Amino acid sequence: MNFNSIKAIYKFEMARALRTIMQSILAPVLSTSLYFIVFGAAIGTKISTIDNVSYGAFIVPGLIMLSIMTTSVNFAAFGIYLPKYNGSIFEIMSAPISAYEIVIGYAGAAVSKSLLISVLILFTSTIFVDFYIKHPLLMLFLLILISITFSLFGFIVGIWATNFEKLQLIPLLIITPLVFLGGSFYSVEMLPELWQFVSKFNPIFYVINGFRWSFFGTADIAIITSLSFITIFLLICLIIIGLIFKTGYRIKG
Amino acid sequence: MISIKNVTKVYSNNFYALSNISLDIKRGEIFALLGPNGAGKTTLISCICGLIKQTKGLIKVSNFDTLKDYRKTRSLIGLVPQEFPLDSYESVLNTVNFSRGLFGLKPDDKYIKNVIQSLKLWDKKNSSIITLSGGMKRRVLIAKALSHNPKILFLDEPTSGVDIQLRKEMWDMILQLKQSGVTVILTTHYIKEAETIADRIGIIDKGELILVENKENLINKFGNKSIIIEFGKKIYEIPDKIKDFDCFITNDNLCLVIKKLKNNQDINITNVIKIISKLKIPVIDIKTEESSLEDIFLDIISERVKGEL
Repeated sequence: MNFNSIKAIYKFEMARALRTIMQSILAPVLSTSLYFIVFGAAIGTKISTIDNVSYGAFIVPGLIMLSIMTTSVNFAAFGIYLPKYNGSIFEIMSAPISAYEIVIGYAGAAVSKSLLISVLILFTSTIFVDFYIKHPLLMLFLLILISITFSLFGFIVGIWATNFEKLQLIPLLIITPLVFLGGSFYSVEMLPELWQFVSKFNPIFYVINGFRWSFFGTADIAIITSLSFITIFLLICLIIIGLIFKTGYRIKG
Repeated sequence: MISIKNVTKVYSNNFYALSNISLDIKRGEIFALLGPNGAGKTTLISCICGLIKQTKGLIKVSNFDTLKDYRKTRSLIGLVPQEFPLDSYESVLNTVNFSRGLFGLKPDDKYIKNVIQSLKLWDKKNSSIITLSGGMKRRVLIAKALSHNPKILFLDEPTSGVDIQLRKEMWDMILQLKQSGVTVILTTHYIKEAETIADRIGIIDKGELILVENKENLINKFGNKSIIIEFGKKIYEIPDKIKDFDCFITNDNLCLVIKKLKNNQDINITNVIKIISKLKIPVIDIKTEESSLEDIFLDIISERVKGEL
């Protein structure tokens, strides 16, 4: 394992985030805090408890998931897309570094940044709502696992994208709607039966509910189902990345 | 140092970017790869550096296979690309340090300082790339390529877009690298560059390596020498005794140009002067001109276009 190379990519990516700290770190924390004010403090007081959890507390895991999924995808996608865009990927492809070391460097930086944002949101949320974490270790494990999975997915998006529009297409038009419709702000039991059925085809629904279970010990589905979905998604991402490097798809001639 | 055996690169549209290229590059030499646009120069470099995988053939660097032992071969190579693929908002020092780390080496502030200083960039070490001139960006790319102390340096059009002063400084730097034992392979459109610094020349066209020669041998073998006689009044006919030679009268009818191969002993200036003096036409000047590498290159390529080679 070429640790110096991984460290170089990781440090370079983290330095980029620090250079743009307002946009990359503070902006997601601020926008999620606004959700707490609007949905938690304002509208939330008018909504009754869900599974004995106040509405304000109920949306905390959902909002953290909204943040971690979108930031993980965005950071990893931008991380690998920018060298492709400005041509500096030649240096990475001509360096004595393996495909998986490249992935660890870029995805590792994306995971670190999105975890930092999630932790900041978690602490910020305590200002607005009272909540508890029933299974903190599981919560932490899921947070890291989901961040890794979505960072790998973002890496695939960054390789696939041939322009900035495509780079934004999946995070904005697929991930965000699926997170909103995956039960970030509600329990599926609050929906009509038809929409409860439709929700079960949304993979993000399983991710959010697993994470919510780690907070309150209760969710719309069993934790094991959730874990299975996340693991399968992680494996699919790893297989696709393996194929990308084997075939040189959009990175090698 | 580099051994290329029967390398072919075919793209999915059946375009042969490289056709059965074989070439050996010796340790410590400066090898210039010349060729028109799209000839395959960059493709060949990319195959050696691992940016492109060849369709067929074997490339070895220091006896290591570039595909199987890619970590060993790539750690020996530094590459300066043709364009400016740099992160615009990164500082010079950070981007050079990044390159060293990427090649698996621990930070070495002293070495990096030496590299940046030798390229006259030390006063710009904290400047963002975006604020640098084209020549400075080119030097940053060289600093990045040298950051891991490579044994082989590829320079793809190293002096395109740089001024004369900097170009000469870069040539000096390349010669210094050669003295320190670095093997340098450069592609260039600027043939004077190859003529000035290269030890050997390779000419590539349409994916085929059509010629590899020692620079002096190439000039001797393919070069021409011309004798130019400038008259004091217009002439309209080539003198009889000269007609057998390859010669012509210039458009202004004031000069007679006699072309000869360098090793052709039949024509020499003494004989020409004897013949001309008998014509009783006033002669203002007699001078000789030798083919440059550029002339030779253009002759070879144009003959190839005509299908004569």
